[in-house]
Amino acid sequence: MEPFTTHTGVGVPLRRSNVDTDQIIPAVYLKRVSRTGFEDGLFAAWRSDEHFVLNQEPYRAGSVLVAGPDFGTGSSREHAVWALGDYGFRAVISARFADIFRGNAGKQGLVAAQCEQSDIELLWKLLETEPGTEVTVDLVEKTVRAKDFTAPFVVDDYTRWRLLEGLDDIALTLRHVAVIDEFEQARPEWKPRTTPIPTAAGQH
Amino acid sequence: MAKTLAEKVWDQHVVRRGTGAEPDLLYIDLHLVHEVTSPQAFDGLRLAGRPVRRPDLTIATEDHNVPTVGIDLPIADPVSRTQVETLRRNCAEFGVRLHSMGDVEQGIVHVVGPQLGLTQPGTTVVCGDSHTSTHGAFGALAFGIGTSEVEHVLATQTLPLRPFKTMAVTITGALGPGVTAKDIILAVIAKIGTGGGQGYVLEYRGEAIEALSMEARMTVCNMSIEAGARAGMIAPDETTFAYLKDRPHAPRGADWDAAVAQWRELRTDDGATFDEEVVLDADTLTPFVTWGTNPGQGLPLSAAIPDPELIADENERVAAEKALSYMDLAPGTPLRAISVDTVFLGSCTNGRIEDLRAAAEVIRGRQVAESVRMLVVPGSMRVRAQAESEGLDQVFLAAGAEWRQAGCSMCLGMNPDQLAPGERSASTSNRNFEGRQGKGGRTHLVSPLVAAATAVRGTLSSPEDLVTAATSTDAKD
Repeated sequence: MEPFTTHTGVGVPLRRSNVDTDQIIPAVYLKRVSRTGFEDGLFAAWRSDEHFVLNQEPYRAGSVLVAGPDFGTGSSREHAVWALGDYGFRAVISARFADIFRGNAGKQGLVAAQCEQSDIELLWKLLETEPGTEVTVDLVEKTVRAKDFTAPFVVDDYTRWRLLEGLDDIALTLRHVAVIDEFEQARPEWKPRTTPIPTAAGQH
Repeated sequence: MAKTLAEKVWDQHVVRRGTGAEPDLLYIDLHLVHEVTSPQAFDGLRLAGRPVRRPDLTIATEDHNVPTVGIDLPIADPVSRTQVETLRRNCAEFGVRLHSMGDVEQGIVHVVGPQLGLTQPGTTVVCGDSHTSTHGAFGALAFGIGTSEVEHVLATQTLPLRPFKTMAVTITGALGPGVTAKDIILAVIAKIGTGGGQGYVLEYRGEAIEALSMEARMTVCNMSIEAGARAGMIAPDETTFAYLKDRPHAPRGADWDAAVAQWRELRTDDGATFDEEVVLDADTLTPFVTWGTNPGQGLPLSAAIPDPELIADENERVAAEKALSYMDLAPGTPLRAISVDTVFLGSCTNGRIEDLRAAAEVIRGRQVAESVRMLVVPGSMRVRAQAESEGLDQVFLAAGAEWRQAGCSMCLGMNPDQLAPGERSASTSNRNFEGRQGKGGRTHLVSPLVAAATAVRGTLSSPEDLVTAATSTDAKD
């Protein structure tokens, strides 16, 4: 994963609450087995509406999404994060994120910056009155800045550290493989196993 | 120290306690896999040269993409076919047990785990699917994860996680006739909102929950995610043990006794505190349906479409306006006046045998309205076989409904079962998001009983309406 310290890019105001992951990327785009190329599915239903914010200049080239509360609710599809990333977004700012989306974002280097809704309202106004305004998401200082506007954001310390260092979770966990071995040896024998498949009642 | 059920299960699975900001490392007892969220995870393993650490704690089924008719033919959509074939290749290469289309154990991943007896009290269960919360009905800590986490579990059988907060959702009293688990959970979501459960494990408790069957408990826990929660749980009891006994993967003999002894300990201690508590009275509940485009936008069936102008919160008002515009509904319209084109009975929420039995009882001897298409999709091949052995397929077919093979079907627009643009459904599934059942489709979430009555009348209805209509011309609420 690429380290993330600070990013500056065009802010995109998305005045919607409860943007669920079916809106971020509809299920029909999830059939691919590749890890890239999901940008065409991003907000697919809304992209056919010429008034949709991403269909307008200069928002089209945006990389910081400023959305209403409860962003990323619903399905666990990490494709939502991939689609945002593949399109060019590096950060999403919202007053509330769904848990799974927030977790997925943290694994993929997309910053989910949680701000006060009152700050989001200010940011929306700024981005709408002055389209093309650049927003800086500073993970070191945990602040969002745009012109004269500055606001703090919340991100959990561990995710922040991993993002700043660009660390891979699996490699971090595998440093503790001896402890995992030990835990496994102490598990009760009767805990369920998927294999071997029982051939008949009572026989394993 | 007194602990909640969730805290007990968590503590029993901590491999390594995190210090400071570092999360705990949690052991995963059961990893369920399907074709949609796994291909990139297996790819990641291949790239890093890592094996699946515990194939014997992993099981896969094909569900999201599968057609529910003509399953002996190749999948027509080449992209869906590739995804299913990729799962087959990955499972063969990494030694993971897979139940493919046509297999007797195939079905929706959240129906298959419990029916095999793999989902057990006090276990940790994950799947790259948000409805993994279903398995919490057994007193398991079960939650949905993303693809990066799927890869992490495949590689390490653990996940780094920070403890969840706990919320008690107490349902007092008793459900009236015609009121079901689906109505409980829709009412809970309407009460706490789609974000109300964020960061929490919900523990459902109280007399009304204890009185539910295992399948009904699964319906409740299934939709915990629709309230934003990480997981939902119910303490295991005699109902749980009776359901599990003699299932293919349930412990046997002395192991069974040892297991039950441990499972009995899995309840929230007296004096344990929850971070949040919510109470709902089952006696006040009536059949519940959604009118909008998120599962929190629901009301009793006897109500009318709300007027957004009367909603004080600006975000909620805007959301309601957008929802009504998408749903093509006007404020003040009685919910019972809404006619539907399609009725979908199925999904991991309501695709189990009791759901089919309940709907069949309503449909028996009646006809699906001419304007309505009704799809009945068992959650698994086992459920399908059981239903057929009870003659339920004949009840549905005689009424003019379609009797299909097992899969996720019309719950989400990934397979051929979809709504056409502008079509309206009454659906026993879990999400009424814009386009969820097909681009431009409009969804009302309902219980199996409401689905069946709606199929007969063609408008959103409860079984009561059928009786009223048959005995009196001046139907009343």
